[in-house]
Amino acid sequence: MEAIKIQGTEDTPKIILDADNDFFEISGRSLPEDVTSFYEPVINWLDEYAESPKDKTVFNFKLVYFNTASSKLLLDILMKLEEIHENGNDVLIRWHYPEEDEDMQEAGEEYADIVDVPFEQVGYPG
Amino acid sequence: MGKEKDVKGFLEFVYEFYKSMKAHEITLVYEGEITHQITKAFTSLAESNMAKEDEAGTVQRKVFHVMVECLQNISKHADDFTSNDYLFSGRGIFLVSKGENEYSITTGNAVENDRIEELTTMLEDINRMDKDALKDLYKRQIKEGRLSEKGGAGLGFIDIKRKTGKELEYHFLPISDNTSFFLLTSTISRELNSQQD
Repeated sequence: MEAIKIQGTEDTPKIILDADNDFFEISGRSLPEDVTSFYEPVINWLDEYAESPKDKTVFNFKLVYFNTASSKLLLDILMKLEEIHENGNDVLIRWHYPEEDEDMQEAGEEYADIVDVPFEQVGYPG
Repeated sequence: MGKEKDVKGFLEFVYEFYKSMKAHEITLVYEGEITHQITKAFTSLAESNMAKEDEAGTVQRKVFHVMVECLQNISKHADDFTSNDYLFSGRGIFLVSKGENEYSITTGNAVENDRIEELTTMLEDINRMDKDALKDLYKRQIKEGRLSEKGGAGLGFIDIKRKTGKELEYHFLPISDNTSFFLLTSTISRELNSQQD
């Protein structure tokens, strides 16, 4: 399956979805002008990936900022991963947050409450 | 002669305006269409200013959050209006002030009167809620996902209250029989550990 590699900008995150190399990561800032169209290729890619996922998928979120409009789309991505997990595949979400950013840590905890999928919080020095 | 006098009068007004801005500790004021480009420009300006002034990281992040949500509330609701009147095309006033103890972010934009009740109810509900209630409401709203609809504004308000820990102050002033000017102020404390938990 062809990988997705989107360069990050000041208002859109860097996204790498690379099944061949077992690397899945969304990082940076997310406040796109049009959230739905920005995340559409990501959701479509995950739809396709969900049909024949790897035995284990470790998905990294390493965002430093996202707006409320993005929060819904991030949930859509997490729900897609939840679906893959429900279908009997190994899925782990790794939620990276700058150690001093309590809000970003809490955002991860909230997502972990909403979706039923293994979730790991990873603080890193900001 | 008359023209010269007008110019002088105008320049005097500019000076009064400047003094008034200083007196109210206003660091940024903008009137016009709020676009994504404007949002990016203002947030990056505020960011570099705060970094230069060694503002605490937590405060910087909260100011950034609130600015984005406030600006997007105006820009996103540009399409709510059926009128082509300049008041109703995603325009508004945006103002940032910085005091010794806090930042204030104020927006003002025209709304149709039939939205006042809905906005008031939404803001009153959010203001009344404690941290846990807001958290539950936030989770419920992102799950329901009515983002493109007016619910999006609700999410923004919830987020502002959660990030600042302070009530959202608002006011409606009549413009005409059908419309009002909606003013909203959010306050971010500059003192660490003073956020409401």
